[in-house]
Amino acid sequence: MIEKVYTKIDSIVGNVITVRAEGVRNNDLAEITTASGTGYANVIKLDGDKVSLQVFKGGQGVSTGDSVRFLGVPMRVSYSDNLLGRVFDGAGKPRDNGPELTDNMVEIGGPSVNPSKRILPNKMIRTGIPMIDVFNTLVESQKLPIFSVSGEPYNELLARIAMQAEVDVIVLGGMGLKYDDYLFFRNTLEKSGAMSRTIMFIHTASDPTVECTLVPDMALSVAEHFALDGKKVLVLLTDMTNFCDALKETAITMEQVPSNRGYPGDLYSSLASRYEKAVSFVGAGSVTILGVTTMPGDDVTHPIPDNTGYITEGQYYLRHGHIEPFGSLSRLKQNVNKDTRSDHRALMDGMIKLYSACKDSQEKRSMGFTMSDWDEKLLKYGKLFEERMMDLSVNIPLEEALDEGWRILAECFEPSETGLRSDLIAQYWPVKER
Amino acid sequence: MATSAIGHVTGVNGNMVNVRFTDSVIKNEVGYIRVGDIRLKSEIIRITDGIASMQVYEMTGGIKVGDEVEFTGEMLSVELGPGLLTQVFDGLQNPLPDLAEKCGFFLDRGVYLTPLPDREWEFTPVKKVGDTVIAGDYFGTVPEGIFTHRITVPFSLQGEWRIKSIAEKGMHHSRSTICTIENGKGETKDLSMIITQPVKVAVKSYEERVMPDEPMVTKIRIIDTFLPVAKGGTYCIPGPFGAGKTVLQHLTSRNADVDIVIIAACGERAGEVVEILKEFPELIDPKTGRSLMERTIIICNTSSMPVAAREASVYTAVTMAEYYRNMGLDVLLLADSTSRWAQAMREMSGRLEEIPGDEAFPAYLESRIAEFYERAGKVRMRDGSIGSVTIGGTVSPAGGNFEEPVTQATLKVVGAFHGLSRERSDARKYPAIDPMDSWSKYSGIIDHGEVDEAYGYLRRSNEIAQMMKVVGEEGTSLDDYIVYQKGEFLDAVYLQQNSFDPVDATVSVERQRRSFAILLAILRADFALSDKRDARTFFNELRQRFLDWNGTAESDEAFAEREKAVIDCYKGRIR
Repeated sequence: MIEKVYTKIDSIVGNVITVRAEGVRNNDLAEITTASGTGYANVIKLDGDKVSLQVFKGGQGVSTGDSVRFLGVPMRVSYSDNLLGRVFDGAGKPRDNGPELTDNMVEIGGPSVNPSKRILPNKMIRTGIPMIDVFNTLVESQKLPIFSVSGEPYNELLARIAMQAEVDVIVLGGMGLKYDDYLFFRNTLEKSGAMSRTIMFIHTASDPTVECTLVPDMALSVAEHFALDGKKVLVLLTDMTNFCDALKETAITMEQVPSNRGYPGDLYSSLASRYEKAVSFVGAGSVTILGVTTMPGDDVTHPIPDNTGYITEGQYYLRHGHIEPFGSLSRLKQNVNKDTRSDHRALMDGMIKLYSACKDSQEKRSMGFTMSDWDEKLLKYGKLFEERMMDLSVNIPLEEALDEGWRILAECFEPSETGLRSDLIAQYWPVKER
Repeated sequence: MATSAIGHVTGVNGNMVNVRFTDSVIKNEVGYIRVGDIRLKSEIIRITDGIASMQVYEMTGGIKVGDEVEFTGEMLSVELGPGLLTQVFDGLQNPLPDLAEKCGFFLDRGVYLTPLPDREWEFTPVKKVGDTVIAGDYFGTVPEGIFTHRITVPFSLQGEWRIKSIAEKGMHHSRSTICTIENGKGETKDLSMIITQPVKVAVKSYEERVMPDEPMVTKIRIIDTFLPVAKGGTYCIPGPFGAGKTVLQHLTSRNADVDIVIIAACGERAGEVVEILKEFPELIDPKTGRSLMERTIIICNTSSMPVAAREASVYTAVTMAEYYRNMGLDVLLLADSTSRWAQAMREMSGRLEEIPGDEAFPAYLESRIAEFYERAGKVRMRDGSIGSVTIGGTVSPAGGNFEEPVTQATLKVVGAFHGLSRERSDARKYPAIDPMDSWSKYSGIIDHGEVDEAYGYLRRSNEIAQMMKVVGEEGTSLDDYIVYQKGEFLDAVYLQQNSFDPVDATVSVERQRRSFAILLAILRADFALSDKRDARTFFNELRQRFLDWNGTAESDEAFAEREKAVIDCYKGRIR
């Protein structure tokens, strides 16, 4: 394509500009040179010779006389091992002091995987967090959101998972991150040595909105290519609520009819096309997605968590600094927890049932009823369970966590009171402490 | 018919493309947009002032103004013929396994393959030269797995035609001419085993529609006994995420007492389709002793596949269902989820800048939903055989709130409503169908009066439970408390069903009648119970015995003994 420069911008509305040009293809990338420098924009609508572009750096400061040059290619990202350890912004420019990467450019937001090529996920991803490993196991190629509210330590949780998860490559997509949070991620990963297998695409709260909408596509494209090359990739996205809000902003600028609380009608499809990138390739690697969705007003029926829940394979609720045992669900855990250890499933169910009973006792206590012996036992159990299982600082492998579970039970109950099968009790009940 | 009209792209907006055309075009006609070497399938959905607005069934990246569009003169159609069963298609009837063989891991755009396999079938003619046929008649059969597949005269044929020649019994290729027909004007038509049918036009060609009066057994107690679905009826399953909509549909697709099941996975998770793809070939259909896949067709347009094709997928599925129905078979179409289909319509309507209705859904949402469900029905064919299409659609209401346009529009047109509730699924009471909110207009396997009587106890028990939350157990009379326990008992032993238990997962009609009779006797009984504690202990024990019995196969030696244990337990306490 002939690279013609257009210097007459007809309209600038929000982050969207229109120019009159011919031969431009939908979704193509353009370079826009303004007084403040050169940036990118991509084509989002064509109407005759009227081309609408969204400017990555935003419409602010764009002059009607600025020049637009169409590059004839869609938005792409460089893919190679050189990406490892690097940090980029939402437009793919380096955020660290490293060189710009332009080799082996790959398309972002590529086609979807053929369902008949997918396989049933069956490998566990170990995180060292008992509430995940024991109770809601994360499975390779799963897509799971962490439903939380602002102020909860979800980024700390993600950083810990990034450090500990047994995967080959970690891709972190940050959207609307506070700058401090970005620094926290970088420092934590650098200190732990996990940075060498991490790639970050970071959009901070002060960056232009459009770049926020590009982050998941960039992160997932890179992840997908690593997976095709046989790598086990974990993609961490935080915070998807900012991504959705950025989509909303663009949709409203484009005068699209909003559907629910101002969000565009295609919110479900937009989220699905990203989350569905989670996949296991036969004979190659896999992409697992763990995202954070902060629920506005702690309301799970808000369009963002609601649409997310319909797409993802379960959810973790992070509340009051720990992963909730109730409500949290990994829909794929059944695929893996049968092969870990013979007591895994039974212990998981048994401990949750007892913890649920403990909650009833707590309620009874708060209403002023007298506590029976059994209530006292449950209350003790609940306390130990919260301290030694639920606390996010607990960091032990699955097997140790299961052993710890048995120890907690043994400290509180007689074997027969646990409702667990006798053969398991014979095998696992700690003998010494009785 | 306009053949190979040509147009040129004038605008692109999301998955909608505007095309200027010169010759004549038809609304809902299919056209292909040429982008470099590839052709993207699209459909005309509006025509204004010489501009055709087309929804593109692919991603629209790379399309530019001026790109050429070839119109086909045909409406969006599917191929119907032997070989549909066991297949996995996308919403446009592209066979996905073949596509994978050709393109690998990804769904490359612009690749369209022949839906039906090119192979030979053993054809048996049932008509002879000189016989007259009209649209929808069949002139021969081929064996397709366990079914006798009728080779049909195209449904779109007008008037009466005479058979000029017909192939003899023997192996014939599916696409070769096996029959030639002629009408009064001397025009002739060559027919093969495969016909095409526009998906948005309902297949008629039957003698008459009859009342759907025979229950479609699902082997799920709460459905068959309390909220039955009839063969040829319609039902919907709305529910919030995680309430078990898809699990319920999977169970139904396995156990439903029908000939053919068509699963339309419309805009849902790809992983769920994979489960069916991997499990069904392994599962044996107890009715036929063959793999479940042999009676199944899967249409899958999962959430990350192009949105416009999602809209087409439910029509593709229902057209296939109607085709098999016309062979005198009972077909069940499961659409998961109709909300995603409605959202696809909404997306398109937004691009067309139509005036939005509630929650930005288009004003024609209700009529489209009604049209779709009305394609279900039980019909009598001209040869007297009876066939049916039953449609069950899940609905995914935003925020789990049923007061939203898709749920409400669906409720207006379906015959049964199985509403799933978050409370029940949180309490692990599966299937999480809310017995209080749900309803059915069909008659089931058990006498209506008796079911109503049981419902009465449930309702009363529910009221007492509400009251007890306020006044506490102490403030409730013993009689009320017993009714409350009866309701809870009914819920625990009958409404809830353990789909992981090999015996309890599927309950035959006979067995449902048998346990319902005992259940009803327990509900009616006047028990001599001294106080609430006594009542609680008694019902706990009774429940345990009933559940033990539920988990015992009829072939098991302990079956009679455990049944007796239940009966002895309750009879011993009758006043």
